[in-house]
Parts: sequence; C-alpha cells; structure tokens
Amino acid sequence: MSKKSKDNRDFWIFVGPALFAMTMVVIIPFIIGIYYTFTNWNGANSKYDFVGISNYIGLLDDTQFIYSLKITLAYTFASVLSINFVGFGLAYAVTRKLKTSNFLRTGFFMPNLIGGLILGFIWQFMFNSVFTGIGKGLGSTVLATSLLQEPTTAMFAMLIVSTWQYAGYIMVIYVAALENVPADLIEAAHIDGANGWHTFRHITIPMVRQGMTICLFLTLANSFKLFDLNFSLTPLKTTEMLALNIYKEAFVLNNMGIGQAKAIIFFILVTAISLTQVYFNKKKEVEA
Amino acid sequence: MEANKSLNKVEQSKSAKKLKTLNSYTGKLGVLEIFAWLLLILYMTPFYLMFINSFKTRREIFANTTGLPEVWNFKNYLDAMNRMDMISSFTNSMIITIGSVILILLFSSMAAWVLVRDATKKSKIIFYVFTSGMIVPFQAVMLPLVKWMAKIQVGPFKIIGTHYGLIFMYIGFGVSMSIFLYHGFIKGIPKEVEEAATIDGCSKWQTYTKVILPLLKPTTVTVAVLNSIWVWNDFLLPFLTVNGKINTIPLAMNNFFGAFSKQWELAMAALILAIIPIIIFYFFVQKHIIAGIVQGSIK
Repeated sequence: MSKKSKDNRDFWIFVGPALFAMTMVVIIPFIIGIYYTFTNWNGANSKYDFVGISNYIGLLDDTQFIYSLKITLAYTFASVLSINFVGFGLAYAVTRKLKTSNFLRTGFFMPNLIGGLILGFIWQFMFNSVFTGIGKGLGSTVLATSLLQEPTTAMFAMLIVSTWQYAGYIMVIYVAALENVPADLIEAAHIDGANGWHTFRHITIPMVRQGMTICLFLTLANSFKLFDLNFSLTPLKTTEMLALNIYKEAFVLNNMGIGQAKAIIFFILVTAISLTQVYFNKKKEVEA
Repeated sequence: MEANKSLNKVEQSKSAKKLKTLNSYTGKLGVLEIFAWLLLILYMTPFYLMFINSFKTRREIFANTTGLPEVWNFKNYLDAMNRMDMISSFTNSMIITIGSVILILLFSSMAAWVLVRDATKKSKIIFYVFTSGMIVPFQAVMLPLVKWMAKIQVGPFKIIGTHYGLIFMYIGFGVSMSIFLYHGFIKGIPKEVEEAATIDGCSKWQTYTKVILPLLKPTTVTVAVLNSIWVWNDFLLPFLTVNGKINTIPLAMNNFFGAFSKQWELAMAALILAIIPIIIFYFFVQKHIIAGIVQGSIK
C-alpha cells in the first residue's frame, strides 16, 4: 500500500467511529425530521400525505404552542436575570478573602450535580408539604396554599428551583472571571480614592464582561431548553414550556408532522441564541 | 488592556506599603462570611429535610415535617430499594455511564487528533460538522431519532431497548463537544513529539496510544467529568428509547413517582438513594468538576 493511501485509511479509521455515530444519531434524524414536517404522518400508520408547509402555518393558530412560546420567553427572561444575579452575588462573596471560601463554593455548587427530574420531585415535597406546613403553622392561608397550584405561582416556583440549581454553576464561571481581575488593580483604585462601589462599577464589572457574556448566553440557552424540571415539577398544560409541548405533541398526541415542525422552530430559535453568542465572543476576541 | 497593566504596575509600586492593611480579614468580611453561611444553610435545607423525613412514618412526616424523627427507622430505605429495583437501576446507570464515557473519550480524542494534524480542507469541513452538533438541541431530533433507530436491526442486535444501543446514541450526542474541547487542546501540542515517534517506526495507532493519549490527560479529565454528569442524570433519551426494558436511576425515580406519588416516606428514601452516588462522586473529583465546568463553558 502506498504511503498516501495508508494515511488516508488511517484518517478514516480515526475519524470514522465518531463521525459514524454522530451521523446516525444527529445528522440523519435531523434530515428525516425536516421531511416529517411536510407530512401528516401519525407515527403508526404507514400511509400519509404531503401537506406542504401547512404544519408550520398551523402553528400560528395553535393556541397551546403560542402560549408555551410566550411563557417560555417570559420564564427565560426572568431566570436569566435571577440566576445571573444570584450567581454573581455568590461568586463575589466567595472570592473575597473568606476563611471558608472553598467550602462555600463546594456547597453552593452541589444542587447542580443532580438531574432536573430528581430535583423536581424533591421540590414538589418542599412546595406541597414543607412550605404549606409552615404556612399553616403561621395561620396564613396565603402561605398554606402550594405555589404549584396556580399557573403564575407555579412558574415562579420553577424560577426558584432553577435559580437554586444553576446559580452555583454560574457562580463557578464568575469566580474564574473574578479571579482574573488583578488584585493590584483594585488596590490601586482604592488608593486613588475610589470607594467600593466605584471600584466595582468601573473596574470589576468591565473586567468580567467576557465571563458575563458567557453566563448570560449559557443561562439563556439552558432556560429556553428547560425540560426535566418542567416535566417533574409542573407538568400542567398551563405551565407547559416549549420543550415539553414538543414532547407532548410528538409522543403523547402522536402528531409527528406538527411535533417536528415545532421542533424545527425550536431549533431555529436555539440556534439564533447560540450564533448571537458566537458573534459576541468573536467580537470580544478582536477587541482584546 | 495593555495600558491598564502598565498603569497598574506604576500604582503597585506606589502603594506597596498600604496593601497589607487592605488584604487582612476585617469585621466586614466576618459579617459577609456569616451571611454566606446562613445562605448556604438555606441552600442545603431541601437535602436536610429529605434526609430527616426519609426515616419517618408517613403520619409523622405530615404531623412534624421539620423536626427530627422520633425513631431513626431504616425500613423506608429497604422498601424503596425493593420497589425501585435500586440495585439493578444503579448497575444499569453505571454500565451506561462508564461505557458511554469511555467510548466518547476514545473516539473523540482519536478524531480530534487527526483532524488537527491533517491540515486539509476535508478536515476543516469534518470539524465544522462535528461542532455544528453542539447547537442542535435534543428536542429537535428526538422524534425522528426514535423512529429511525427503531428500524435499525442487524441480526439480533437492536438499538432501541439495549444497553449498547443507548451507549451508541450517547456517543453520537457526546462527540461534538468532546471533539471541540480536545481539538482546542491538541492545537497547542507541538508536532515534533509525535514526529519523533513516527520516525522510530511507531504506527499511527501506537503513536496515538503511547504518545498522544498521555499528553491529553488534563482535557480527558474535563471531558470525562462533563460527560459523566450529563449521561448519569439524563432522563429523556433513556425514557424514549429503553423505558420498560432497562431501568436507569432517573427512569426508576420517574416510574416510582408515577406509582407511589402519595407515599412520601418511600419517596424520600428513594430520592436520597438516587442522589447519594453523584454526591460521593462529587466529593472525590470535586476540583476537577469545577475546573471542567469552567473549561467546558468558556469554549
């Protein structure tokens, strides 16, 4: 065998396994999926018709889909703010010279390791038994009502759980960013007479801006794609976010065409978020 | 950036004397520390409540949710283990996680290495194909994936409902990010190291196992940690492809809640059992987890 063809064979031996698996699991299903969206297939029947783009047009009249899209956007907005706010606060605290800083980091990060499904079950107990129990004890009817009963409060409950879960993760990234802020820069500002707030506003914040971009987009994408927690904590129609709505359309109602059309719209929205992030990161790299 | 640095060097020399006082542990920090601890206690409350209630009877849970149990009774744990089939779901989760992670590490490092070293257009395109997989959310492909995988059967070998089938799918989903991380790292390794090995008569495979793999260790740890947490906790993929045939821990929890959702005393014990393995894992590789998260996110 010539050197060139041997190199070529080696190339495919090394790239082949990964490429094969990804093609089978991601690329081919993605292409088949686009094909589904133009049919009215119900998943079981071998007969189906081509319906053009009517699955996509139908989404505009799909009240549940529009509703899910709206609450997903509202939820995403709220959770990006709250997760980053809490995460940054935690990071700021644990990067001061505290004696137990490492222990605190370990603790705040912990909820992150547990899957959303299990966390949802744990918090069902918290909302339905613990908080209501405390509410009853205090003799308050408002506190004795579980947050999970009403759609608005249930969304709020989900916000509490995901902030609790992700803030520690975001904290870790902010910690890395804050540790890159040269300590002498802060000292210098202090000596020049800047107070704590000024130093924070004009030195710390600009220095961690790149970390902030990462955290914002990470929470944006994660909140938008939220599924497990939604599935286990608040599985009601009134709190059904996009990912759960796609799942139900496809696997509960067996509308393959419509379900996949929703999935493609979902894909486009998530991709838009990711590409915006890439754009911002590239821009930052040039500036730095 | 550069200007800041030089400016700050000047400031540093000016202020060297004052630094000491600013660095010391002050009363303000003490207050912050106490406050952080209160917050941590609040953070840990759900785990604490799960734990104490897992030893109580159902009546006791509702009569006294926040107090310690009258008797520390392990009966709930035994019941939960039996009904949840804990041992087999734990074994399944282990097999699937370890199998997937090892193969993801192997295939991604192999692919990333030749994609970096073979600097041709072909490699560039394949690398972009891999990375594009990172932005495809699972929900965008899950439905066609399940239908398509159900069709694949070679003799007695099926993808749906088998351990190896699930592992195969995890490889397909996992290689994108892993290749991306390895690719970034390998770019920084000088080519000369492996060229020497080739001259010494090593085959491609020998060069990879003897020279490259040991050099990749730091990234391998990161990639292993990120993938382990993901696969271990993943619910939807096994739910759609192996549910009813193979029980993983998340699946077992989900089925358990479907059947015994009002039996909180069992549920508590089951939840504690479900989170113990990952907590133990965390305490062993804690530093790597945190470092891995940082590297994985700043891509």
